[in-house]
Amino acid sequence: MFDLDSATLSRMLTALTLGYHAIFATLGVGIPVMISIAEFIGIKKKDPHYTLLARRWTRGFTITVAVGVVTGTAIGLQLSLLWPSFMQLAGKVIALPLFMETFAFFFEAIFLGIYLYTWDRFKNPMYHWLLSIPVVIGSTLSAFFITSVNGFLNTPQGFELEGDTVTSIQPLAAMFNPATPTKVFHVVSTSYLTAAAVLATIAAIYLLKKKNTLYHMKALKVTVVSVFIFAIATAIAGDLSAKFLAKEQPEKLAAGEWHFETEEGADLVVFGTLNENQEVENAIRIPNGLSFLAYGDFNAEVTGLDQIPDDEEPPLWIHYMFDLMVTIGFFTLGVSLMYLVFWKVKKWNEYHPLLLWGIASLGPLSMAAVEFGWVFAELGRQPWILRGFMTVSEGATTSPYVGWMLILFIGLYIVLSIGCVIALRKIFKGNPAEHELEHRYPEVAATKEGN
Amino acid sequence: MSYELVGISVLWLFLYGYLIVASIDFGAGFFAYFAKVTKKDHIINKLISRYLSPVWEVTNVFFVFFFVGLIGFFPDMAYYFGQSLLIPGSIAIVLLAIRGSFYAFENYGSKENHLYMFLYGATGLLIPAALSTALTISEGGYIKETENGVQLMYGELFSSPYSWSVVFLAIVSVLYISSMFLAYYAKRAGDEPALDLVRKYALFWSSPTIIASLTTFIALSQQNPEHFQRAIDLWWVFGISVAFFMAAVFLIYQGKYYGWAFIAVMLQFFVAFFGYGASHLPYLLYPYVTLSGGVTSESMAVALIVVFIAGLFLLIPSLVMLMRMFLFDADYVKGKK
Ligand code: HDD
Ligand code: HEM
Ligand code: HEM
Repeated sequence: MFDLDSATLSRMLTALTLGYHAIFATLGVGIPVMISIAEFIGIKKKDPHYTLLARRWTRGFTITVAVGVVTGTAIGLQLSLLWPSFMQLAGKVIALPLFMETFAFFFEAIFLGIYLYTWDRFKNPMYHWLLSIPVVIGSTLSAFFITSVNGFLNTPQGFELEGDTVTSIQPLAAMFNPATPTKVFHVVSTSYLTAAAVLATIAAIYLLKKKNTLYHMKALKVTVVSVFIFAIATAIAGDLSAKFLAKEQPEKLAAGEWHFETEEGADLVVFGTLNENQEVENAIRIPNGLSFLAYGDFNAEVTGLDQIPDDEEPPLWIHYMFDLMVTIGFFTLGVSLMYLVFWKVKKWNEYHPLLLWGIASLGPLSMAAVEFGWVFAELGRQPWILRGFMTVSEGATTSPYVGWMLILFIGLYIVLSIGCVIALRKIFKGNPAEHELEHRYPEVAATKEGN
Repeated sequence: MSYELVGISVLWLFLYGYLIVASIDFGAGFFAYFAKVTKKDHIINKLISRYLSPVWEVTNVFFVFFFVGLIGFFPDMAYYFGQSLLIPGSIAIVLLAIRGSFYAFENYGSKENHLYMFLYGATGLLIPAALSTALTISEGGYIKETENGVQLMYGELFSSPYSWSVVFLAIVSVLYISSMFLAYYAKRAGDEPALDLVRKYALFWSSPTIIASLTTFIALSQQNPEHFQRAIDLWWVFGISVAFFMAAVFLIYQGKYYGWAFIAVMLQFFVAFFGYGASHLPYLLYPYVTLSGGVTSESMAVALIVVFIAGLFLLIPSLVMLMRMFLFDADYVKGKK
């Protein structure tokens, strides 16, 4: 039934679990920030709308966090189950951040538990807000630690390999490998961006459905402003990531940009297709753009695929992953900027349906960009699992049952997705914001409601 | 103490922590379902959800901590366990995932759904059974190393008295620990009808627990005589454990000092668990991985221990805060908050 070898099936199962976990992990890192912001504004402005926003986001968050936790546990175990030889080797060098991550989980889990069940326990609401800080720190730290592990796979250092034995292990050098700074910056900023964008999508959809209440308008404002800020951070971080690649992992950049010949003043190839002679057609070419992206200098020399041994060349289709990710990044920046302009210019209507549709698309698009980004980054590392030291097929399990496990997990993720959607609907459909506002803050609902 | 001994002690301590908190959780699932079937759910299910809601994620982290730490300190374990446990490990992941997520999904909905309650109850028993396989195979005799890597021999596993007695022990211990805790929690909540019910559960599950422990010992003597002999040399440790068991059951039977009774249960398992662990050494996985042969490099071990100590400074105050809010805050326990 399974013609594929264990290594290929292990790749598919890892890709499935990580790709699925990434959705919830991204939200898990970003949503606490948005909750904290909303609760803070609510307290400072004494505006129950924002407090309610924080409360309702938190309630949805309990659902996505649960899926994040269980799929995270899955990937944590699967790393050893599917890549035993790799973990035996890498575990010796990179165990430190993985271990530290569990403390970040502890920290986050404990304070999330407290945060969720203490909304009305304190006289001074600031105390409750303070509880959101450890949740934000905990989840951002877990992103930091796991991303440094991923960085290590791309630019391993901090050990020496003599035959099969690893020696001279320096845990800190491995953790702070050259990939860590840019990768962490980019992953964290995109997580914040994606969470803000998903929440903006929800607000925009309510407004499009003509539920023009103050509540949803405020939700839109705080989320889109956040999107704008985080989109700028993302673009900066993405640019730094490209500069990092040019220096440390040129084969990934070259494959992603279809840059075949090493040259000065290299053009940036946007989209396009490859013909059978590996020539680029139908592309938009930005003169000297790649040199600028890679080095901040229009005439710099950029390493091409001609310098890379053929059997170490990443697949070329990751070009599209890169382009889609960047396109989404600039689209997000553009739409959120437009909202800001329309909002500041009094004559223009920031609730124009076209603009709202644009905003509504940002959530799904950002999530897609996260996935594209990971596929680009991970496949750009091919054929290595540990760049320069171990290939993917050397690291894989030899167990003959991986195919069945793949089916098992596909089933699991389908069940989880259905359960997640049903649970979220149940929470929000039965209890619209307007009702909850009336119920919790009758005085506000009576005076301020309406368009 | 050598690094590897510090490492394994810390990990064993966290596994013990997981054993206790997860047993409470898993057993509670079974009791909630059982109460529903016997139409007693109105008596205890509120109590159960009040305790579990804030803490299930923390329970899960104990487990994550254990396996991440194990791989960190003893990377060879990743190789042997990883190669051999693909199927039981994956099944355990799926069960944990279903249980954890559906617990959260239902949390804001009703607890009326029958299928959900069934899953919640059944996974509570199946997960300990699946996870205990890891301890079973560590005794040796269930895996072989060939040209094609390490393989688990399923025939041996399913036909061995030892593996079945471990499964049986895992399940009854879960129910015993859980009912003992719920009796204490019900007492704090001043919920007499619930107390009455869970106290009966606790008494009921106490004798199977001790019987299962004995049969496991006997089966161990067949499976791994060396380990059995080391355990016999530590007979006094297991004797202390039995003494705590008797104290716990006596207190519950008398209907007094539920807090002390639960502490006696924790000590019973603490002593037995460390006795088991100590006699397991020097092997982590018989006969492939030993404590000193499988340990990671010195620099990594030191780094991990430093992080662990620093982490404790963060962890202990936070855990204390959590427990004060949800376990020892009388108003919360009684449902007034
Ligand atoms: C909302 C999601 C999102 C958006 C809008 C962008 N990215 Fe991105 N990108 C990611 C989400 C992402 C990611 C999922 O976070 C990745 C995958 C691996 C990683 O480190 O981050 C990533 C990786 C990644 C890498 C590879 C890094 C490596 O492999 O070490 C580069 C060079 C860029 N990005 C560059 C950009 C640029 C120039 C963008 C223009 C605005 C951009 N990204 C927008
Ligand atoms: C400990 C860290 C990691 C390890 C050992 C690891 C390893 C792997 C391996 C072996 C594959 C399959 C090989 C391939 O198809 O390229 C893969 C693919 C993938 N990984 Fe990573 N990875 C790690 C970190 C991450 C992280 C943190 C994420 C994001 C959440 C991630 C996202 C992905 C994705 C989306 C794929 C699918 C790419 C594809 O094959 O289509 N990885 N990873
Ligand atoms: C190889 C990759 C990964 C592994 C092995 C992994 C492991 C885990 C584990 C074991 C958990 C459950 C923790 C618990 O029990 O509370 C978890 C949850 C989590 N992970 Fe991942 N993870 C990976 C990738 C990522 C990435 C890329 C991010 C962030 C960008 C991330 C962020 C989180 C967060 C924030 C949680 C907490 C749950 C939540 O808030 O959704 N993880 N992860």
